[in-house]
Amino acid sequence: MMLALKLAFKNLLGAGLRTWLNVSVLSFAFVLIIFFNGMIDGWNRQGRKDTIAWETGKGQFWHPEYDRYDPYTIQASNGLMSDEILKETESKRLVPILVVQATAFPQGRSLAVILKGIDPMLTVLELPVSVLSSDNGIDYAVIGKRMAEAAKLKVGDKLLIRWRDKNGTFDAREIQIAEVFKCDVPGADNGQIYLSLQTLQEMMELKNHATYLVAGEEFEDRELENWVFRDLDFLLEDFNKIISAKKAGGSIMQIFMLLIALIAIFDTQVLSIFRRQKEIGTYIALGMTRMQVVGIFTVEGGAHSILATILGAMYGIPLFLFLNKVGISFGVGQGMDITLAETIYPYYSIRLIISTILLVVVSATIVSYLPSRKISKMKPTDALKGKLQ
Amino acid sequence: MENHSIIKIENLVKSFPVGKGEFIALDNLSLGFEKGEFAGLVGPSGSGKTTLLNIIGSLDTPSKGKVMVLDKSVSELTNRQSAQLRNKHIGFIFQTFNLLPVYNVFENVEFALLLQKMSANERKKAVMDALEWVGLTEKVKSRPSMLSGGECQRVAIARSMVKRPEIVLADEPTANLDSKNSHNILQTMKNLNRELKTTFIFATHDEKVMQYLDRIISLEDGKVSKDEKVKDPKN
Repeated sequence: MMLALKLAFKNLLGAGLRTWLNVSVLSFAFVLIIFFNGMIDGWNRQGRKDTIAWETGKGQFWHPEYDRYDPYTIQASNGLMSDEILKETESKRLVPILVVQATAFPQGRSLAVILKGIDPMLTVLELPVSVLSSDNGIDYAVIGKRMAEAAKLKVGDKLLIRWRDKNGTFDAREIQIAEVFKCDVPGADNGQIYLSLQTLQEMMELKNHATYLVAGEEFEDRELENWVFRDLDFLLEDFNKIISAKKAGGSIMQIFMLLIALIAIFDTQVLSIFRRQKEIGTYIALGMTRMQVVGIFTVEGGAHSILATILGAMYGIPLFLFLNKVGISFGVGQGMDITLAETIYPYYSIRLIISTILLVVVSATIVSYLPSRKISKMKPTDALKGKLQ
Repeated sequence: MENHSIIKIENLVKSFPVGKGEFIALDNLSLGFEKGEFAGLVGPSGSGKTTLLNIIGSLDTPSKGKVMVLDKSVSELTNRQSAQLRNKHIGFIFQTFNLLPVYNVFENVEFALLLQKMSANERKKAVMDALEWVGLTEKVKSRPSMLSGGECQRVAIARSMVKRPEIVLADEPTANLDSKNSHNILQTMKNLNRELKTTFIFATHDEKVMQYLDRIISLEDGKVSKDEKVKDPKN
């Protein structure tokens, strides 16, 4: 093996420009795979972190009737909080949220919205709703930037909302926008109006009722009677699907890049075996078995990947360190319906790097072996004459 | 000097398929070579010289008949055994030198030893000895592309001799050399033959080579037409 490696590197470096062209393309594929996956992993980490901070907490307890995808369940999906739960909410380990369907009428237009009653003093989520606690006779509301843009609302604007109370009776009230927040989680923003929990409970005549409870880090894991626990896998299901889809889509480009590099190596191997028949014959005449010669050519092709890894590391490491520091700005995150920060900080894990190196080395070795098998069928006498076609 | 047979060939037939028929390169040929011979296979193109060398060197196998090299039957050797036979006991010299272009002179000569279990120091000494025999110790770092044809063939001789083989098979070794270089390398080989008792077998139709041979075997249409000892070969 050492002999094969030594010979392989001698031959590769002796081949000059052709080697470096192959190595460059392969190293580009190598760096691109790590870069793209690092971006997706960075997005995944940030997205999860933001969603946990703004929307899900470390998990949620749902009223059994509640279905976030079915607006018709909202009216009935709330329940009375037990004393045990109220104790947890008072100590800020659980945040109760009451969800109500409503219609808003900004500038005379009608807009279907979700009213969310929330504890203004919450600490579990990052929603800036403390302004809802002011007690000056005005019903304040907080909305996100997406909602503000959709409804053309700004801080200080008054907005008429209409809802049906627990008895199904329509009621209406004017609220005032006290704050417009900016966040990267569309689920905490799109079509939603945050009111004080107490105000919404009073509007609905549903004292001490909630639709779901958000658990904070300090909440001790246990079951709550009459409430169904939803873990992060469930709550982040949509986001995880998006990440998987992006990874799958990206892998097509990566495979394409890798294929170009592998085809170049394959082509080089085929040409090399054709042009170096006399050398192959000489190896055999000097006492190598044909399989040893196959080994030399396979290692030689596979060694492209080792050189590509070294070359890729030379320009990839500084590039990745730089991107990891400054991030990559997309500037469109707020306008999209997926959790995407304006600046993504790629994340390059050891696992990602090692698996990419293995992928490149193994695939380069396989495509090097395929044409090299021809050597095992060569007659040394024909090889020495360079007669094979 | 006591001689003993190191190559025995009995009723050797080698044929190659040509279209639907076959071409008989060696036709029921029987020969023997003894240790220390400086012999040549001569004859026109297509007479079977190179084919016979290839079979003796276990690069090819007989279609029929028996070829014993150092008491081993060539047709019964496995790939690994024939590789070992070539690696340890047989040296090759080719018309086109067949040096490995990316290696320098030292590495080309050393290559044959890399397959044997030798320490780096032993290899270095053996290579330098071989290069001294052929007068190329000054060029150890040169690549083949920097050498003349004569120098390349001397490197090839050193490579074939470095492992001290019993047999050296030289296929038209002077065909690409001028007269002066041809005589130089022939004298080098003759010296090695005398000093190390290595058996040299040439395939040639070069008159210059024939002057040095102490046995000339003429082949014609795959058969031995003449086999004669030379009384007073050139030294």
